[in-house]
Amino acid sequence: MLYIPGNNPAMLQQGGVYGADSLLLDLEDAVAINQKDAARILVRNILKQINFYEAEICVRVNHIDTPFGMEDLEEIVPLQPDAIRFPKTETPEELERLIKIIEAIENKHGLTHDKMTLHVMIETALGVQNVFDIAKLSKRVDAITIGGQDLTADMNISNTRDGSGIDLARKMIVMAAKANKIDAIDTVFVDINDDEGLRKETEYSKNIGFTGKAVINPRQIDIIHEVYQPTQEEIRKAYKIIAAFKKNKEAGIGVFSVDGKMVDAPVMARAAYVLELADIKYDSI
Amino acid sequence: MEIINKAQAGSFESSDILVLIEPLDGNSGRKIEIDSTVMKEYGDSIKMLIDKCLDSYNVQDIHLIAKDKGALEPTILARVETALKRASQQ
Repeated sequence: MLYIPGNNPAMLQQGGVYGADSLLLDLEDAVAINQKDAARILVRNILKQINFYEAEICVRVNHIDTPFGMEDLEEIVPLQPDAIRFPKTETPEELERLIKIIEAIENKHGLTHDKMTLHVMIETALGVQNVFDIAKLSKRVDAITIGGQDLTADMNISNTRDGSGIDLARKMIVMAAKANKIDAIDTVFVDINDDEGLRKETEYSKNIGFTGKAVINPRQIDIIHEVYQPTQEEIRKAYKIIAAFKKNKEAGIGVFSVDGKMVDAPVMARAAYVLELADIKYDSI
Repeated sequence: MEIINKAQAGSFESSDILVLIEPLDGNSGRKIEIDSTVMKEYGDSIKMLIDKCLDSYNVQDIHLIAKDKGALEPTILARVETALKRASQQ
């Protein structure tokens, strides 16, 4: 997920060519206070006219308790991007209030409530404590993300290179997302010149269960993709498992092994997930 | 829309357009000055878009200066709209 500052026409209009899976058009922290109006109008126009190809489009609005949040929603919700990202979410009640506002705007424009999803950002200690209840509040919430910079500020700690200060938060957010069967997206890696650091942090993100990672520079996209895409070996193994499952199912055999290891339901589920990531359809095997 | 102040929007950055406006006395009409890196190819289109935006807000008596660095239609319209809204605020 590539962050694009909402008041930067060059990056906005080229957003679709960077190769990111999703684009986050940012009206919040990436926009100066005295340019909020300009960014809002620009992003609205860009959404109407620019082709982003296959990328999922998400717009991060300002919080509804700021002077800008309501106007952001009034302009953006009628255009129904794939998702709205809501920053600094701390309680389920706050998210409920946001959803009511969004649905009122959708009603006003004759829109249904089932198209645009919500990405919820957890950026404070209170938000981390409430993350499970936030994640389960609505079916419209399909991703939770952690905002590392704001979270360390809220905790009065340094954002160290090893991320130790926000490690518990990362894991709580992942667990809340997994428990609710939704995506968990990791925070950005801010040093755009440290490719090895980015790779190491992304590998850790993947290992603890994040399903994606935000980036602040297009240069970081390839490394994220390399880490998150399954290896050839993983794909080969998953293919063998699914193929063996299909063959054994036809023969009425429930329990079987592949390469000497028993295949059970969790192994099957993992294999199916790997093939999904590799864009290999179950029916094609 | 009533234009009551001077205002500006946009920037000199590539793919952007800087729009400056100021109100003129009644019945002065529109005084539009455009400078663009693609003036020869798109000068008329830029003027047309600016007029389209001014028409949509029913703004007639205005001095508008546009310094374009290759902005596309959505950006041109956004910057003119932003400048107009800023200029209409007390």
